[in-house]
Amino acid sequence: MLVEVGHFALALALALSLVQAVMPIWAARTGDPALRQVATPAALGAFACVLFAFAALTYAHATSDFSVQNVVENSHTTKPFLYKLSGVWGNHEGSMLLWILILTLFGALVAVAHDSVPPVLRAHTLSVQGLITFVFVLFIITTSNPFTRATPAPLEGNDLNPLLQDVGLAVHPPLLYVGYVGFSITFAFAAAALIEGRIDAVWARAVRPWTLVAWSFLTLGIAMGSYWAYYELGWGGWWFWDPVENASLMPWIAGTALLHSTVVMEKRDALKVWTVLLSILTFSLSLLGTFIVRSGLLTSVHTFATDPTRGVFILGILVLFIGGSLTLFAWRAPLLRQGGLFAPISREGALVMNNLFLVAACATVLVGTLYPLLLEMATGEKISVGPPFFNMTFVPLAVPLLLIVPFGQTLAWKRGDALAAAQRLFAALALALAVGLATLALTWGGPVLAPVGIGLGAYLVVGSALEIITRARGYGSNRTSAPGLVWRRAIGLPRSAWGTALAHGGVGIVVLGIAAQGWATEGLATLKPGETLATGPYVATLERVSPRSGPNYEETAAILTVRDRNGNAVGAVDTGKRFYPSRRMTVTESGLLTVGASQVYASLGEVHPDGTIGLRLYYKPLVLLIWLGAVVMALGGAVSLTDRRMRVGAPTRARTKSLPPNAVPAE
Amino acid sequence: MRSLRRTLLVASTLTAMLPLAAGPARAVQPEEVMKDPAQEARAREISAGLRCLVCQNQSIDDSDAPLARDLRLIVRDRIRAGDDNRQVEDYVVRRYGEFVLLRPVLGWHTLLLWLTPLAALLLGGFGLWRLARRRAPPPAAALSASEEAEVAALLRRK
Repeated sequence: MLVEVGHFALALALALSLVQAVMPIWAARTGDPALRQVATPAALGAFACVLFAFAALTYAHATSDFSVQNVVENSHTTKPFLYKLSGVWGNHEGSMLLWILILTLFGALVAVAHDSVPPVLRAHTLSVQGLITFVFVLFIITTSNPFTRATPAPLEGNDLNPLLQDVGLAVHPPLLYVGYVGFSITFAFAAAALIEGRIDAVWARAVRPWTLVAWSFLTLGIAMGSYWAYYELGWGGWWFWDPVENASLMPWIAGTALLHSTVVMEKRDALKVWTVLLSILTFSLSLLGTFIVRSGLLTSVHTFATDPTRGVFILGILVLFIGGSLTLFAWRAPLLRQGGLFAPISREGALVMNNLFLVAACATVLVGTLYPLLLEMATGEKISVGPPFFNMTFVPLAVPLLLIVPFGQTLAWKRGDALAAAQRLFAALALALAVGLATLALTWGGPVLAPVGIGLGAYLVVGSALEIITRARGYGSNRTSAPGLVWRRAIGLPRSAWGTALAHGGVGIVVLGIAAQGWATEGLATLKPGETLATGPYVATLERVSPRSGPNYEETAAILTVRDRNGNAVGAVDTGKRFYPSRRMTVTESGLLTVGASQVYASLGEVHPDGTIGLRLYYKPLVLLIWLGAVVMALGGAVSLTDRRMRVGAPTRARTKSLPPNAVPAE
Repeated sequence: MRSLRRTLLVASTLTAMLPLAAGPARAVQPEEVMKDPAQEARAREISAGLRCLVCQNQSIDDSDAPLARDLRLIVRDRIRAGDDNRQVEDYVVRRYGEFVLLRPVLGWHTLLLWLTPLAALLLGGFGLWRLARRRAPPPAAALSASEEAEVAALLRRK
């Protein structure tokens, strides 16, 4: 019964989202403000309906209701409860339902957001958001209904894919979707601005918090996914340039560019048309990512052919929104007035460079991901574009971008002084150079590029810290070195300044972690109990191999003791192979021993009848910095979000803009 | 293995980034390892650039598929026979086609691909340069006599 009501709620959401999409536009035509107001309750209603549908599906999963096809295919009575819950979105239908749940949640948030958004802009934004909701709910109802009944209902389900039975599934998709779908709001704002034919700093101020939220969550989602793949897949890699990964990286890169261009637009009223275009592109890439993953087109042409309805439907959505919004852009963008002049050497100039490099990087990933497919369609030739290509092209684009990050923070708005900025950054540059050279000297004979990376990471971290210190010390006659005063001033700096410093410092931490992988080592051996395998500074002894059983699997576990080269015990680690009888699948559980930010990574290979095992042991120095840095970046986004100007709301247009306290004085 | 991958494909979440080619990790087996560490290092380096043909976006170095194992052994055989890295790659490409190379060769059919990063950067840079030139503030024109008079009048009124 609940399942049918859930299904009905989805149909209701479809109708409500149509109302939400149509009414504001109609209101604009007839000039009836009451009609415009309808969008708000419609958005709230659509959210309530989807929430109910989602709850109904969750209930079916939680209670293992095997009369529902979706539960049969993805659940099992012995599956741990957490995975029964996360299993709701561990499949196509459920994950699409989560997608629209977040979509309507954002719609509802825009609807109730306090007066920071002008009413006409809000109505149009809700309208565009309603259209997106309508199309995706239609997609679910017609091609991916999660509420289909199974008749006759089987006694037992097929269980969830063992690889997905992990905390990672509980956390990663929701984070990622909030990021993906959050950009639908900026897209809707952009389309609304185009419909109105007007855009100003108020628009940028309204859009910025949403961009920050989406970006922070996407950052966390990608990092979480990367860590999950790292420990779950068992060969120690953390980024594979897989099309599915690229699908999430592209909106992230575009979103990062958007985050920076909205700053310019908000502060200086410049880059308006570009920001609108970026908003459109970012969400378009989110949609493209959805298409890539859902259609299965890139991973295998055959997957696409087995169920073309879904792929063709999403392709239709893609054409509608990307084509439609770009047409709208071409038609209406000339109406948007440009403003805010600036010199090439200025904060704006640096942010433009940021956008240039990010967009080039994004284009590279996009072309690299789609090229094999396009080439095969055009000429029939089959080629692969793998990690070596992306590493060779992406890194050279990323490095110059990272080099200008601290400069951009230091330059003044409008017209900056490159020499003065370099002088202020002298400490960071000198320290980075020293760190890089020291690393090179200490690891002489090892990799050469890794010390460069360490230097670059140090430069970013120190540069960010320096930015805060310099601003806290003040300028000109206000300059002080008294620690107490500097501390108080640092606390009093705008939260956005702290957010920027944290996010950029986080990037530096990620770079440090990535660079340190240059010194990662790997050991491989067939071991009997009592034998040892050494890698990096550690030696692992195989204590025993023993069977274990879990709630829905049987495991063969290898228990290892890890010692350092002097024989001092560091810790124990175990790695196993789990056999899930319900799916007849074997999955490797890697074992991780964390020492500081470094990890010893053990992965069990073949288990031989004579009692020996194949063991792969990695030493991953400072590997945790990669994800820790991403968390710091997201934290920076969150801190920025608490900035006063986000909380207080937009000032009216009549008020003159005043510089925030301690801001870099314009010349 | 292939059916496993298909299951995964269906089961993987909308955008879960878990690369779909996942499976029990075995990759290089201890018994495959060459005696000479230098040769083994070369074998690993070459393997990392060769695609496992039955997997998705996975190198033969990472893959546990039987075909990947065959390829790894072929690579090691060729090294043992005295081939240099390039010759090993050529050998594998002759048998399995260009698809096997994770790093696409530079040729007419991949020119667009390899040019993308630079082209995007140059196009963007050119666009910015054009924009900067067009948007440069026009040189301030001298005031005409009537404007001068008007300004003077306004100033006096104040």
